[in-house]
Amino acid sequence: MAIVNLKGVTYKYPLTETPALSNINLKINEGEFVAVIGPNGAGKSTLCYTLAGFVPHFFKGDLQGSVEVAGVETKTSTLSDWVLNVGLAFQNPFNQISGAKYTVYEEIAFGLENLGIPRGEMKERVDQALTLTGIRDLADRSPYSLSGGQQQRVALTSILVMQPKVLVLDEPTSQMDPIGTREVFGVIRSLAERGMTVIMAEHKVEWVAQFADRVIALYEGKLMMDGRPGDVLTSERLVGKGYGISRYTSAAREASRRGLWPRNRELPVTLDEAVMGFGGFPLPRGEGQGVRGKGRK
Amino acid sequence: MKIEIKDLHYTYPAGVEALRGVSLTIDSGEQVAMVGQNGSGKTTLVKHLNGLLQPTSGSVLIGDLDTKKVPVAKLAVHVGYVFQNPDEQLFCRTIHEEVAFGPRNLGFDASKIESLVADALNLVELSSRKETNPYDLSPTWRKMVALASIISMDTSIVILDEPTTGQDAVNVARIAHVVAELRKRGKTVITITHDIDFCAENFERVIALSQGKILLDGPAGSVLGQGEILAQTYVDPPQLTRLGKRLGLKKTVRNQEEFLSALKS
Repeated sequence: MAIVNLKGVTYKYPLTETPALSNINLKINEGEFVAVIGPNGAGKSTLCYTLAGFVPHFFKGDLQGSVEVAGVETKTSTLSDWVLNVGLAFQNPFNQISGAKYTVYEEIAFGLENLGIPRGEMKERVDQALTLTGIRDLADRSPYSLSGGQQQRVALTSILVMQPKVLVLDEPTSQMDPIGTREVFGVIRSLAERGMTVIMAEHKVEWVAQFADRVIALYEGKLMMDGRPGDVLTSERLVGKGYGISRYTSAAREASRRGLWPRNRELPVTLDEAVMGFGGFPLPRGEGQGVRGKGRK
Repeated sequence: MKIEIKDLHYTYPAGVEALRGVSLTIDSGEQVAMVGQNGSGKTTLVKHLNGLLQPTSGSVLIGDLDTKKVPVAKLAVHVGYVFQNPDEQLFCRTIHEEVAFGPRNLGFDASKIESLVADALNLVELSSRKETNPYDLSPTWRKMVALASIISMDTSIVILDEPTTGQDAVNVARIAHVVAELRKRGKTVITITHDIDFCAENFERVIALSQGKILLDGPAGSVLGQGEILAQTYVDPPQLTRLGKRLGLKKTVRNQEEFLSALKS
């Protein structure tokens, strides 16, 4: 059943004329991993803020329509209640790290302290979260002494420790190296398998194709496409608008114009799909692209 | 200006040994990309070039200026540094003020300042937004303001710390255009990046760092083809390079044209 339900959501930031989000209708099921793509300014971050209740509780402005998570509407809730259900990791970890704590360990515990979680449970949850995201060895460092990618892991961990039902991530791996990116996508995928609902704004489409269940494409505040990763990410409609497009997709699109890509074959997003297509491997029967879409049954 | 780094070691006050013996020379006008895993020492290394950090041991020469002896203000004449996070460097009320701040500090006269500001804003496509407050722009465009505020200082060395982070395809192309223009002007450009495709398409020389040391240093074509060594520092070769390898193409390909023509032959 839908845990997130947006109906006719239109939002304008204070003192602006153009809506940052325009008539968004969106239902997301429990345990779904949804990636949100779009060029800069398409509304990805605003959608994240709206799901996390920062719109309208922190950013005032004009919010039309309704935003429901787990049956509660943002407008009738408070931000302090909202954080029990929805966690948001900011795009820029610098904006998220509290500045009030001297070590990564304390930083991760900060949210739980504010909820008044008993000490024993708090330590247990912090330890689990540090292990989950692979940053135990950073526990005693100052958050500000870390590299950008390490800070992003800390920011993510400080949200995961809150065990939200809905996890909202705004480009959580933008400053990470490829291995870090792969690990974070893996962790998030496994959380989704265990029932956490994940909404992630992301430019790195080849990872999205491998891990997400569904992709939403925003453009100028509107929902332009919503579907299976393979269908959305290879769509001609994304071309020339500033969307991240996998180099495999672009190369195969050009190759098919020159007759170098198998006819009637879906364009690839990932390396494996590109290897199979260019290498002329037949597709498994009835499986579409086979390697993609760990779609939940 | 030539950059000469000799056996550079740096240990942060808390005891983290970030650089463990780095030696390298970068000639005037070179375009260099630095890659490597998070925490490999990339940012620590470039912060030595304008004296923000001082070597624990070893030396850094900018031309004939020893960064241990010359104050940061003097080095700023030669080395411009665009931070990873624009919000750490923007503080003026208008874009014009922000971009004029650097050249004004360098003591240029008013007409020179105006022409440098106009040129920099033109290059980043912000000429029409001079009077806007940088914080009224999206993070994407704040990054371009940060870039312009360094370009306007007309330094011979420009450092870009992860310029493409969080940028969409249009803006990545815009940044690539700025790098190409700086190259034409004979500037040395040193870029830290995790975006290996951006690196392959825009830089001639690539330095891979791992755990505070240089792992690979050479022409992009040869460095980025060495997948197994790059894996030690968590870097994947460019997408089409990997695809070419998997398909058994003989030549290491770096971009779409190279890939497609290798495929045909």
